[in-house]
Amino acid sequence: MRKLPHKDVAIIGLGWTGSIMAHGLSEAGLDVIAFERGPWRDTAQDFPPTYAPDEYRYRVRHELFLRPAQMTFTFRNNPSQTALPIRDWGAFMLGNGVGGGGLHWNAEMWRFEPSQFMLKTHLTERYGAKFIPAGMTIQDWGVTYDELEPHYDRFEYLCGTAGTAGNLRGAIQPGGNPFEGPRSRPYPTPAQKQPFNATLFAKAAREMGHQPFPQPSGNMSQPYTNPLGVTLGPCTFCGYCEWFGCGNYSKASPQTTILPVLVKQPGFTARDNCEVLRIVLDAGGKRATGVVFVDTDGEEWEQPADLVLCCAFTPFNVQLLMLSGVGEIYDPAAKRGNVGRNFTHQTVSTATAFFDPATHRFNPFVASGAIGMCIDDFNGDNFDHGPLGFVGGGYMGQVQTNGRPIETTPVPAGTPTWGAKWKAAVKQNYNSSVYSGSGVHGSFYSYDDVFLDLDPTYKDRFGRPLMRMTIDFHENEHKMSAFLTDRYAEILRAMGATRVDKLPRTGHYDVTDYQTSHLCGGAVMGAEPSTSVVNRYQQSWDVPNLFVIGASSFPQNAGYNPTTTVGALTYWTLDAIVNQYLKAPGPLVQA
Amino acid sequence: MLILNRRRLLSGTALVLFTASSAPSRAGTIAGALPWAPGAAAPPRPVVPGPWHFFTPAEGRTVEAIVDRIIPPDPDGPGARDAGCAVFIDRQLAGPFGRAEGLYDHGPFVTGTKQQGPQSRLDPATQYRGALRAIDAYSAQHHDGRPFVDLAAADQDAVIGAIEDGSLPIEDVVTKDFWTMLLKNTRQGFFADPVYGGNRDMAAWKWIGFPGARYDYSDWIDRHNEPYPHAPIGIAEAPLWRPAASK
Repeated sequence: MRKLPHKDVAIIGLGWTGSIMAHGLSEAGLDVIAFERGPWRDTAQDFPPTYAPDEYRYRVRHELFLRPAQMTFTFRNNPSQTALPIRDWGAFMLGNGVGGGGLHWNAEMWRFEPSQFMLKTHLTERYGAKFIPAGMTIQDWGVTYDELEPHYDRFEYLCGTAGTAGNLRGAIQPGGNPFEGPRSRPYPTPAQKQPFNATLFAKAAREMGHQPFPQPSGNMSQPYTNPLGVTLGPCTFCGYCEWFGCGNYSKASPQTTILPVLVKQPGFTARDNCEVLRIVLDAGGKRATGVVFVDTDGEEWEQPADLVLCCAFTPFNVQLLMLSGVGEIYDPAAKRGNVGRNFTHQTVSTATAFFDPATHRFNPFVASGAIGMCIDDFNGDNFDHGPLGFVGGGYMGQVQTNGRPIETTPVPAGTPTWGAKWKAAVKQNYNSSVYSGSGVHGSFYSYDDVFLDLDPTYKDRFGRPLMRMTIDFHENEHKMSAFLTDRYAEILRAMGATRVDKLPRTGHYDVTDYQTSHLCGGAVMGAEPSTSVVNRYQQSWDVPNLFVIGASSFPQNAGYNPTTTVGALTYWTLDAIVNQYLKAPGPLVQA
Repeated sequence: MLILNRRRLLSGTALVLFTASSAPSRAGTIAGALPWAPGAAAPPRPVVPGPWHFFTPAEGRTVEAIVDRIIPPDPDGPGARDAGCAVFIDRQLAGPFGRAEGLYDHGPFVTGTKQQGPQSRLDPATQYRGALRAIDAYSAQHHDGRPFVDLAAADQDAVIGAIEDGSLPIEDVVTKDFWTMLLKNTRQGFFADPVYGGNRDMAAWKWIGFPGARYDYSDWIDRHNEPYPHAPIGIAEAPLWRPAASK
């Protein structure tokens, strides 16, 4: 294997986290190389407006995504089953190429609630330890909302986030989310304009005593130049946002906010179509000496580096640790190991509402990826769970992102799936129904029997074991989904719907049924090495010159989209590396 | 002056990465400036009408008959046959989709739970070929030796119902999984951009009032509950671009 010249920093993955770290560390004067498994992507080449609005190519045929032949997982609901490979994507999507998930996301830009970061402590204090279900393994993050606030702010200003503040330094603001944590200043841009369905939802919710507000959005409400000097244009509500790249430079992504500046940094180099196979450790296993990657000819190379940053998507961060021998793989039977523990996803549900076509024309194709009016009254611990017998919650809203007809032709439950009756129902309801795929964005808390490890049977294209996902819904999440979906359906009825079909999350986790791509956990952060893989700065407890950055650090998943919290954690870690680690390389927290 | 250094690590073709319609990507190095090359964009290649690429003529007629019962013509809108859904499926089966390109194809192949998703060792093209044979065999067995295309509409619907409920056997194929694929492919052909061979003349979009590939509704976001007045456009076509006679 050939060795390349030494670099100060090797970054694995060039999405949001990799771009932010690469920019910050090259600005600090370091030599940085970033490896990306997929191709370089840019607007003009990959999704120009002339052919970006193509539902079949991007949404159905997954143009911008990783292929299962490159890497997939095996899946089972519980340890008594034999896991089988995910041969084609369903429940979640994995980005591929420069920009990563930040290219194809909706750009729904939520902060997590302050109590989330102290979840176990908070719930125990309010309800008592016995209220937390058996087997649930939630924990505190080791970092607080107040510590992250400046970093949330920095990510929002990088992205130009459009929204209405609900809590400015403790003062509740009209029209915003009254449940949000205090923010140090308003959103950088005003909230996006809202379509008919969202406006009706907000009116109905307000009349029921809820507190609606516009969803914070990384789709621009107006032109915006960020602190790095990169300019985004206003969103045109094209209705081809999530699963797609934005041809208008209107959706915050690494491409539209940071890469044009990053690529000019003298110390920065990127290698695309180069897949990192493992982190190289020294003989003692306590220090990373670099990474090994493979190029498109199948040639392996070693890249020595002083500092290694895992900036891949959640499960791939965990997989790199497992395949590199960093830390101990979680074994639920033996109750040992932390790598792969506390893997989570999301508990999404919704309801479809049908209206009289003579009086309601929603024009669902007029939408952005993060459009919508929402309420947070039933998220986190914003409501009393005592009488309800579950923990967790979610935001809910009219957040319909599209009228793309392969995906979005709602018909009433019980309609045949084909033939004249189906066809008539499609025509009748296309423009007079509302369907928000993730209308209820429920939390997914962690459990001792939901985890990642290595599959004993199936191999990847390099002959290495696939990672195995063991995941199912639990009674707590079923109860929560039923309760939240009922509240949501009440609002839809109050909007004037003639019929509401509820779709709560029931039964087993199904790997063919898309929810969101919010995979979280598996390399979680915490105050103690006994229950976490990384410390509060996302630094490996085992290998101090290795940082593992992203939603893989979440000890459990909240009832929000995760990316803004990922961005905040990235800036938090960048700050710790630049201001603490580089001055005295070593553990930032003593175990 | 900006320095563009997009150097190839090595030449050769040992490993091809997968994208739906772009040329295979190769490893490269980017530093100093955003990479840019003329002509690198990869617009979709429009389907050209003409003979079947994958189906035999008999298979093509059967698929046209099947999709036209799944989405039948009515006074309001076209059926799937006239919309070109069989052509769409034919071209897809002749391409990467038909070969299951990019999907995970390592064994062992084991039938699992519904939640674990399809586990067939056969690619979509092979599944279609076997299913069409099975559909004609089933039709003949239940309807005096006649193939599917010669059945009355109600009898055709009964055969499709047997695919839907899984009672029509297809060798080495889980019938319900094939049904899911057939239904999806038919709807995809009906509603996809016409560049892929279905949704001919944007008929399905006109029928439900979807404006297609328009990319700017900034003048419409504030106009609540008003009928949207403009006809659809596609990636490669708009009514205005056509000669008057064929509008």
